[in-house]
Amino acid sequence: MPEFLAAILLLVLGGAAAVPLRARGRWGGLAGQAGAIAGSAVGLAGAIRVLAFGHTQSLSAGAFMPGGATHLQIDPLAAFFLLPVFGLSILTAIYGGSYLSGRNAGIESAATWLPLNLLTAGMAGVVAAHDGLLFLLAWEIMALSPFFLVIFEDRQAPVRHAAWTYLAATHLGTAFLLVLFVLLGARAGSSDFEAYTVVLKADPALGSVAFVLALIGFGAKAGIVPAHVWLPEAHPVAPSHASALMSGAMIKIGIYGLVRMLSLLGTPQPWWGWTLIAIGASSGVLGVLFALAQHDLKRLLAYHSVENIGIILLGIGLGVLGLATGMPALAVLGFAAGLLHIVNHSIFKGLLFLGAGAVQHGAHSLELEELGGLLRRMPWTGTAFLVGAAAIVGLPPLNGFISEFLLFYAGFVGVLQPAPVTALAGLAAIVIMGLISGLAAACFAKAFGIVFLGSPRSLAAAAAHEAERPMLAAMAVLAVLCVIIGLGAPLVISALADVVAVATGAAAGSIRAQLAPAIASLLITVVIFVVLILLAVVVWLLRARRLAGRRIGRGPVWGCGYLFPSPRMQYTASSFAQPLTTQFHLFVRNREAFSPPQGYFPRAASYASDSGDPWLRLLFAPTFRWFDRIVGQLNVIQHGHIHVYVLYVAATLVALLFWASL
Amino acid sequence: MQSLAAIVPPLFALVLAPLMPGLLNRTKAFVAGRRGPPLFQPYFDILKCLRRGAVYGDVTTWIFRFGPVVNLVALIAATLLVPFGGIRSPVSFSGDVVVLAGLLALGRFATVLAALDTGSSFEGMGASREMHFAALAEPAFLLAFVVLARVAGAFSLVPIFQAITPTVWLAALPTLTLVAMTLLILVLVENSRVPVDDPTTHLELTMIHEVMVLDHSGPDLAIIHYAAALKLWLLGSLLVGLLLPLHNRNPILDGAAMLLGIATLSLAIGMIESAMARYRLVQVPQFIVGAATLSAVGFILVLV
Repeated sequence: MPEFLAAILLLVLGGAAAVPLRARGRWGGLAGQAGAIAGSAVGLAGAIRVLAFGHTQSLSAGAFMPGGATHLQIDPLAAFFLLPVFGLSILTAIYGGSYLSGRNAGIESAATWLPLNLLTAGMAGVVAAHDGLLFLLAWEIMALSPFFLVIFEDRQAPVRHAAWTYLAATHLGTAFLLVLFVLLGARAGSSDFEAYTVVLKADPALGSVAFVLALIGFGAKAGIVPAHVWLPEAHPVAPSHASALMSGAMIKIGIYGLVRMLSLLGTPQPWWGWTLIAIGASSGVLGVLFALAQHDLKRLLAYHSVENIGIILLGIGLGVLGLATGMPALAVLGFAAGLLHIVNHSIFKGLLFLGAGAVQHGAHSLELEELGGLLRRMPWTGTAFLVGAAAIVGLPPLNGFISEFLLFYAGFVGVLQPAPVTALAGLAAIVIMGLISGLAAACFAKAFGIVFLGSPRSLAAAAAHEAERPMLAAMAVLAVLCVIIGLGAPLVISALADVVAVATGAAAGSIRAQLAPAIASLLITVVIFVVLILLAVVVWLLRARRLAGRRIGRGPVWGCGYLFPSPRMQYTASSFAQPLTTQFHLFVRNREAFSPPQGYFPRAASYASDSGDPWLRLLFAPTFRWFDRIVGQLNVIQHGHIHVYVLYVAATLVALLFWASL
Repeated sequence: MQSLAAIVPPLFALVLAPLMPGLLNRTKAFVAGRRGPPLFQPYFDILKCLRRGAVYGDVTTWIFRFGPVVNLVALIAATLLVPFGGIRSPVSFSGDVVVLAGLLALGRFATVLAALDTGSSFEGMGASREMHFAALAEPAFLLAFVVLARVAGAFSLVPIFQAITPTVWLAALPTLTLVAMTLLILVLVENSRVPVDDPTTHLELTMIHEVMVLDHSGPDLAIIHYAAALKLWLLGSLLVGLLLPLHNRNPILDGAAMLLGIATLSLAIGMIESAMARYRLVQVPQFIVGAATLSAVGFILVLV
């Protein structure tokens, strides 16, 4: 706990110092960066200590807030979520220093350290809070800080619009949480989580209400479909290291809230599990389908966050179903898969957003159709991005495969249960997960292939430069983590037992027993991975030996005999994804405007596609317009004359007095 | 004897795999009234390519060279997992079917990136189609094994294939027939055979797998040819293993039966290729989704 408090203090002090120092050359940026790195390092050490020894740390401070004592608690579940928060915060701070100095030198950029550090502190506060009031307070700090990051380049109208969308979405989510905590607080007579769990376990109906409120409120932050619409707006316009922190850590705090709430709720009902599986499946499939249609690299990555939240919820849904129907193996494996995927996603999505930032920094564009061939100009960024892409797709031997393996394993355990309903849940999880990983592979083949391979599609891409050393270092650490978790899978899963114990409410010993078969399977899998890597080295060397001394030619690629290909003739991101977006047009709703060349002497031809979000266009925009119109009707009672408003106040008071005296 | 027999599946796969395309091409030639290339022609082709130098496109990077290597080693690693009918594979554990799917996906991803590295429209086209069809084939593959897992009561390849005996076949005849049909379609899809892709076509615009490897030459091309044969062998032995449930625990008899089955499958694919034309590209997704639906129906039949 002392580490945690020191971490918060350092983060806030560093961020606060950056603002007055922002005009003094580099000092402002350095203060913010130093605060972020030092604070997060201290906090990370504390979280690792809790996980290593399994001791829950707790702190009750005096009643300086209404509603009783302030209660902070770091149990293994909280410490587990602190890992991506503080870990990513260190790396994004290292990266951010160089990124900001190259991008928007001077006053404005140094000031962004304050919201960035407050975001980290807010996330850590949410995770450590053990009472409703503190939780909501930290939640609002976490939810409001990104607004100032998203609106970083506020001179552009789309940026202001994105920030506005973010603000509206986060407040709608918070509204449900407010109702949830007020409801629980009123029933329990205290805002402490321990008091909540007592009333929740006594009243199953209240539990169901709380589950629905938590699902909507926390789901909006996590980005479940259809509450995902703010992600593809907000992530692309924020500075890339902020996007990495938001996508890698902040949306996971929504999942944290849900898991924490589930742990307070006691034994779940089967329909909660089914709901989570259904939402996970739809978010997963729709997220990756929307991603396929994008041609802005960061928008594409933002939609993949929706997809991965779906995968996480599929795992947790299986886990909840297992708890509800008394199948401990399914419960433990489902939760383990979901929780491991949380950490994995922070690692590779952080890496991919940092890589996208390096592309923007080096080639001055995120538009896929203007990039290409960057691997030769930016070899290190390209290689790191490739590792991240392979990991998010779930390819062996990287970390993404491990969590997806656990999810498949949980699914197969479900399939083998005698109850047909559970078998169907397992089948659904496996087939959906298979579809998601196949579509994700297509999407990242597109993203990596179009951006980094082939030849440059614009002059800026042809003149791209490699990112600075600190940026590369941050990406390298994340890429290495992808490999380490992949090859150290059995150890990582064993370490998860304490965390799963808090989430499921079972004893750590029985959880180890349930995880043992999966760990045994992963042990052999890791041996296969090592064989795979060694074989690759051997075949690569043999191939090089065969080629040594032979004639190696260079020439244009085969173009059916055409010898003067131009970069514009390459396959584009849109054409690569077109077969899939056409097949799934029902969901993607890509709008195209195509006027083909006509006649023997065609003059003009054009093709344009709009991959705007259909939920935003068809659901939220009309709803908000309608709401705006209804609320606009209230204008009739507004005149701008003070005396009329005084009359309103007086009339209201009289009405209230009358009502009170009844 | 049993443990020693475990080296048979990878050994057979690594040594005999190129015979499958040889036999297949021979069959097609026979049906067409030609003499056709010798049975061992795929071996000759691979050896010839290995002796050559190589030509690389101007824009290609290490990805282009590394892609075929990754594809090959992923498939070699997969030979450790796939049993040869009743003969167990060297490695078997719960969930190995997921690792197998992962290795196939890894090889495919590497091949596709190598194709995109050329920046050629033709190869981009092939890569796009490969990923499209694979995205649909992957759930179908997993679905087939979900059904087999439910029937066999295990989700590991060796126990699954050892549990499927003639008695089990009779008890779950409709389901297993449907799964076998799914697997047959997947063998055709994953190996780019007719009616999904035509390996002998001469128009780049209509190809899938062949167009992705247009620019590879020399040892790289040898690796690609060998890996393609290996993939056909591995997926083929899954199908034949399901269709030949006679395990008498004698590795020699079991092995001989399986070899005969693999040869028959090569003949059958040759006959399919001779009798059918390639589907139009827009029809292929329906074909693959149809394959998945067959297994889904099979699952419902064993559910209760």
